[in-house]
Amino acid sequence: MISKKVANVQDALKGVSDNMTFMLGGFGLSGIPENAIAELVRLGISGLTCISNNAGVDDFGLGLLLQQKQIKKMVSSYVGENDEFERQMLSGELDVELIPQGTLAERCRAAQAGFPAIYTPAGYGTEVADGKETREFDGKMYVLEHAFKADFAFVKAWKGDEAGNLIFKGTARNFNPNMCGAAKITVAEVEELVPLGSLDPNQIHIPGIFVKRIFQGKTYEKRIEQRTVRQRD
Amino acid sequence: MLDKTGIARRIAKEVQDGYYVNLGIGIPTLVANYVRNDIEVEFQSENGVLGMGPFPFEGEEDADVINAGKQTITTLPGASFFDSAMSFSMIRGQHVDLTILGAMEVAENGDIANWKIPEKMVKGMGGAMDLVASAENIIVAMMHTNKRGESKLLKRCSLPLTGVGCVKKIVTNMAVIEVTENGFRLLERAPGVSVEDIQNATEGKLIVEGDIPEMKL
Repeated sequence: MISKKVANVQDALKGVSDNMTFMLGGFGLSGIPENAIAELVRLGISGLTCISNNAGVDDFGLGLLLQQKQIKKMVSSYVGENDEFERQMLSGELDVELIPQGTLAERCRAAQAGFPAIYTPAGYGTEVADGKETREFDGKMYVLEHAFKADFAFVKAWKGDEAGNLIFKGTARNFNPNMCGAAKITVAEVEELVPLGSLDPNQIHIPGIFVKRIFQGKTYEKRIEQRTVRQRD
Repeated sequence: MLDKTGIARRIAKEVQDGYYVNLGIGIPTLVANYVRNDIEVEFQSENGVLGMGPFPFEGEEDADVINAGKQTITTLPGASFFDSAMSFSMIRGQHVDLTILGAMEVAENGDIANWKIPEKMVKGMGGAMDLVASAENIIVAMMHTNKRGESKLLKRCSLPLTGVGCVKKIVTNMAVIEVTENGFRLLERAPGVSVEDIQNATEGKLIVEGDIPEMKL
């Protein structure tokens, strides 16, 4: 067994520095690497490019990095729930590249899988395709989208083991598996780091080969963005 | 004239047995409430769930089980979770039968704009560009006019596009409209709305052939 375990979030984030490009898993606030984000806030590094579907809310998730002006550029598909983000974007302080959600996922997966680029129909004929190579296949038009290049991927899983194997829970899975192995160094934080051998190999979502460092997160707030319920009859 | 619930009720009639359906945020989300009970339909949410159920009972919310609108949801028997790349494989690979989404503008050639108002509102396209670029069957749910009373069914979209030539059908508070090669073809009127009302609220070319029936809800 090749151990990926590190003692804590400080060891897990060794090597991060100003002006790096990071991938961060999560959809809204679900499945975000809360501990890694908190440590990035503490380290105060800046000039960051963050690839993440969303940008958090004002006081949680990537919003915490935005508040401290640590992010230079965001690559996202939807950024609707963050006033500070909107302010920084409209004032030009923050560079924002908005891309289709499926393209975001596939550019991660391409990096993970060793594809330099992929063709997608998404965004053809829109400003997203401006300046990009397009090509026709069987009468339909596609846009060439390049694999991401990132220094670190920060992902969050439900359970993991010392070998770096990961299991996700519910829709907290989202972009996390696609980002594993898609950056030079993948850091996985888990709610439960379980003893080696206790995870069923049949049930592993991401094999440890895609993970460089794994640690158990200290606490998880797991904030709910839109609490919707129905009444009991 | 319909309200948002009425639009959702009319669109629900388009949902057929055996369909996998992706619902956008807003009016489309309401459609799930009005689908007939005697057919089997599975709702997909692009954040990674197929087989979405109703909202949870109070106290049973799970931060790890949400829909694309970030609302807490439940799952039904037979549901599955998956990653974002697989979710968009379902969408891009045309495994999803019906996509229902909102729009700010639709053009008579089927172009749709729903993600950006330059210098005002930039929330992002989310999964909408992937959905409209690939789906065979797209229904737009929206009000016929905007808050200033201007038509949202246009000759050409004025806002940045989400997709080109992709919308097949539009259900508004006033009408059901099919997008054809020749323009918007009026299929049905909302209760109490005349063909003339619809004509006046439609900037793009409206094709009216024969008697236009009133919607049945």
